[in-house]
Amino acid sequence: MSPKDAPKVELTLPIIPDMELAATQTAEVIAKHMNLGEEKTAEISMALIEATINAFEHSESGAGNVEIHFVIQADTLVIKVTDKGKGFDPSKVKIPNIKEKFGSDHKRGWGLKLIQELMDTVEFESTSEGTTVTMTKKK
Amino acid sequence: MSDFSLNVREEGDVIIIETNGYLNNVGGEKVSEACYEKMETGKKRFLINLGNSKVVNSIGVSILIEIIEKLQDVDGKLGYYNLAPIVEKTFNIMGLTKYSTVYYSEAEGLEGMA
Repeated sequence: MSPKDAPKVELTLPIIPDMELAATQTAEVIAKHMNLGEEKTAEISMALIEATINAFEHSESGAGNVEIHFVIQADTLVIKVTDKGKGFDPSKVKIPNIKEKFGSDHKRGWGLKLIQELMDTVEFESTSEGTTVTMTKKK
Repeated sequence: MSDFSLNVREEGDVIIIETNGYLNNVGGEKVSEACYEKMETGKKRFLINLGNSKVVNSIGVSILIEIIEKLQDVDGKLGYYNLAPIVEKTFNIMGLTKYSTVYYSEAEGLEGMA
C-alpha cells in the first residue's frame, strides 16, 4: 500500500479546555490497531497533548478549530496537527532548561521539547496563515 | 472538562497529596494551593501520589517546578510516587527529577523524606 492510499483518520477539535483528550482517545484506538504497544502509545498521547495545546494556546486561531490527521502507514503512524493561527519561527523557540526556569516568572514552554523527545521525527511548517506540526512514530 | 480532585493528609512531618484526574493547569494550581497552604503552617516536606493521575500536560507539570522553587527557599523537599511510566519520563525530560525525587511507594517516600 502506498502512503497515498494509507488509511486516514481526521479530527476537527474546537478550541475548548481539555479537548486535547479527545485527540488522545483517538490516538489510543489507532495505536492499538497498529499494535504499537503501551510505551509508544503513551508517548504518542503525551506528544499529541502538547502539540494540541500548543495549537490551542499559541495559534490565536480565528478559525476556532484545530485539525488533526492521523495517517496509518504500514510501519509508521504519521500525525499532523494544524492550526490557522499567525504562525511561528521554530528556530527562535528557546530550548527550555529547568535551571533557567528557577527565578523566572515563565515556567512554561516545554511543549516542543517534549514532542521532540517523545516522537521519532517532528517537522514544522509555519506561515502567517497557520502551522502544521508533523510527527511520526515507527512501530 | 475533566474533573480533578485531591486529598491531603499528614504522616508525621510529611504532607501527602493524593491527586485524582488530569494534571493540567487546573490540577497543577490545585496542587500548588494545597502545598502553599501547608507551607504557611511551617510544613516543608511533600509527597504527591500520582497513581490516579496517569495523564499530565507540561503546563500542569510546570506548576510543580514552581513548588520546587518555593520549597528550595525553605530547604524543603518534594517527592512523588506511583507515577505512570510516561509521567516519570516527562518529569525526566523536563528535569524535575534533578530537583525532586521519584519513589516507588508511599513507604519508600516517607523513608526518603525523613
